[in-house]
Amino acid sequence: MGIELKMPALSPTMEQGTLAKWLKAEGDRIEPGDIIAEIETDKATMEFEAIDEGVLEKILVPAGTEDVAVGAVIALIKGEGEESASAPAEPAPAPAAAEPDVAARGEEGRGEGNSAKPAAEPLKAKAAPAHDAALPEGTTFISTTVREALRDAMAEEMRRDPRVFVMGEEVAEYQGAYKVTQGLLAEFGPKRVIDTPITEYGFAGIGTGAAMGGLRPIVEFMTFNFAMQAIDHIINSAAKTNYMSGGQMRCPIVFRGPNGAASRVGAQHSQNYGPWYASVPGLIVIAPYDAADAKGLMKAAIRSEDPVVFLENELVYGRSFDVPDVEDHVLPIGKARVVREGTDVTIVSYSIGVGLALDAATKLAEEGIEAEVIDLRTLRPLDKQTVLESLAKTNRLIVAEEGWPTCSIASEIISICMEEGFDHLDAPVLRVCNEDVPLPYAANLEKLALIDAARIAEAARKVCYVK
Amino acid sequence: MARQPAKPPVAEGDDTDFMLRSLQQAFEAKKRYAASEAEMLEFYRQMLLIRRFEEKAGQLYGLGLIGGFCHLYIGQEAVAIGLQSALDNDRDSVITGYRDHGHMLAYGIDPKVIMAELTGREAGISKGKGGSMHMFSTEHKFYGGHGIVGAQVALGGGLALAHQYNEDGGLCLAYFGDGAANQGQVYETFNMAALWNLPIVFVVEDNQYAMGTATKRSSAETRFYRRGTAFRIPGMEVNGMDVLEVRAAAEVAFAHVRAGKGPVLMECNTYRYRGHSMSDPAKYRTREEVQEQRDHHDPIEGLKKTLIEAGKTEDELKAIDKAIRSQVAEAADFAETSPEPGAGQLYTDVLVEEY
Repeated sequence: MGIELKMPALSPTMEQGTLAKWLKAEGDRIEPGDIIAEIETDKATMEFEAIDEGVLEKILVPAGTEDVAVGAVIALIKGEGEESASAPAEPAPAPAAAEPDVAARGEEGRGEGNSAKPAAEPLKAKAAPAHDAALPEGTTFISTTVREALRDAMAEEMRRDPRVFVMGEEVAEYQGAYKVTQGLLAEFGPKRVIDTPITEYGFAGIGTGAAMGGLRPIVEFMTFNFAMQAIDHIINSAAKTNYMSGGQMRCPIVFRGPNGAASRVGAQHSQNYGPWYASVPGLIVIAPYDAADAKGLMKAAIRSEDPVVFLENELVYGRSFDVPDVEDHVLPIGKARVVREGTDVTIVSYSIGVGLALDAATKLAEEGIEAEVIDLRTLRPLDKQTVLESLAKTNRLIVAEEGWPTCSIASEIISICMEEGFDHLDAPVLRVCNEDVPLPYAANLEKLALIDAARIAEAARKVCYVK
Repeated sequence: MARQPAKPPVAEGDDTDFMLRSLQQAFEAKKRYAASEAEMLEFYRQMLLIRRFEEKAGQLYGLGLIGGFCHLYIGQEAVAIGLQSALDNDRDSVITGYRDHGHMLAYGIDPKVIMAELTGREAGISKGKGGSMHMFSTEHKFYGGHGIVGAQVALGGGLALAHQYNEDGGLCLAYFGDGAANQGQVYETFNMAALWNLPIVFVVEDNQYAMGTATKRSSAETRFYRRGTAFRIPGMEVNGMDVLEVRAAAEVAFAHVRAGKGPVLMECNTYRYRGHSMSDPAKYRTREEVQEQRDHHDPIEGLKKTLIEAGKTEDELKAIDKAIRSQVAEAADFAETSPEPGAGQLYTDVLVEEY
């Protein structure tokens, strides 16, 4: 019996990849430790190492094949003294293929760690932005991943302003731990794309000092979980100094990186820091969902004279959205966006929660409930007006937040609705948040702990008094 | 058979490109700055201004006119004056911790706006919103004024990065205390400063006590100049009670940094006569110890002696003191009588832009 070589999962969120190159040919002898292929994930190009010994009998997936599902058989190895294994006509179906639209969605499906999510990302996410009406007539759109949109935003701003530079762990030669800074080193060189040691407190301080000294740093945290080591500089140094100096000390800096739960990475790597930073006067906090907002708000963040915490989401990096093909796509900070209009209930969300809220809205529409979905986009300053206007229209509101419930953005929205929208409320405002526990590792428990579209829809029905 | 280690050990004597004490040797060769009489008089005037200003601040604190934390610089005057007199103020930047009044005065910033900041008045240099620990003058490239022990070291690294990035020829002078010297971010910064060859002089103002903890009770290595060795940063050990010695050391360190040779770590041994802050019970040291420093190592008395040896008279020096006392009294008067910030100032300067 031959040995089946299967497409490996090379990162926690990988579901498919490109078989970039075979380094061994059929008939070659293989020893454990030999590099037999190069596989490109959405994050990096990885070497695929043999752990078996034998002869490479048959290559089933040719070099250059894209979207090869994790677990698909890509080659057969014949062990010592074995008869030829009969090659299956087709590669074995991969687990991911159970979701038939994965290939059709292309990038959309990538990075979607929680495979139990009820439906594919609805393309409604591209609904015309209600509050960014500034796009000229006839604007065309380009399908772009959030990852590329963020990179394009940084590159455009770096071309525009020589004071802008990027620093962080693995941002340069590695091309970004999540490939967000891919290609920047080649274009801008090591002076402006700086690899730092693993020293978050230190480089956050150096970045902040450089901003005080007149530069425009973009400090990447590999994830915001690690920024907890640096939070002193973000808050005490970056956020407060302008005030403490009576307006003398500017600190135009962007702290950015993935935030929130990824996929099966455990409690220390899975936390949403939105509410933490959003509680601090002196900071701007942005947490976009789609690629157009990611690009437009990143450009605005880099141009801002104030310190910005820019919260991205690893699970969204690989999703594609339409980005307007305009010369300079800059969006206003502090403005929410109605991403889906509705009349019966308002769902307020941000970051990855917006996708789930849209899924829930699709499901609710089938039941005759039209939900309005608001993407806050900026968490500080919070666009109260858009939330309250929607509440006045629907009279019912829930908040969907991928994060803990206690002292959350949801708590804040509820407070605003109580204080300023009480007369418009026909039902109590409900929050749909993650469970109030450190995020567990086990797949089933993790799924139980995180918000999903079903729970959001359930809360919407509840405030509509529909069973 | 034993394998070779991945990285061979450095044979003793082969590590010639780095010498911890290379700058110290240059400094020892010419340990006191050959100041002109005019320079010496200016050092004297500046140190005395800090002394009298801080004495007055202590007095105003006792009267309840200054609130919160107030850390006085009395005893340490030679460090700020010796170092900052050697700066090129068109290019260089300075950053320090919360014991910052002296560094501000060393720039010649009007004592009135500093004292008014201590009393929390609108005319204060931070509009009364920063207080004793948070004063800045971007006009002078003085970047504060930071209350989190050690934070200014990493921020200083960033200022140095900006000098290097802009190729403006400037350096950053980053002060911190013996207490801050035990913070982890100091070493994170040492590593990056050496790795990237940043133009920065790290100055440990070792005043012997981190609040009430003597250096020997908090620090495994109390010779702080040695603490850059692991990062290949040359160290210097300087008598911080002698302004001419500090100035001579500054010349050596600044020349090294300006030549593009990377950071320097300078330890200035000094002594603070007053408590850590105004609320210090001073139970951790004896009166005799403080008196001994005052009697035998005082930086102002030391320079006075040198000036008199050079032919200045007691009367001439007294006249300087008199002028300073009147300047400080005027500053205190201004700080007491000028108005508090208007209520409208509560919400200004939180953000620069409107969103």
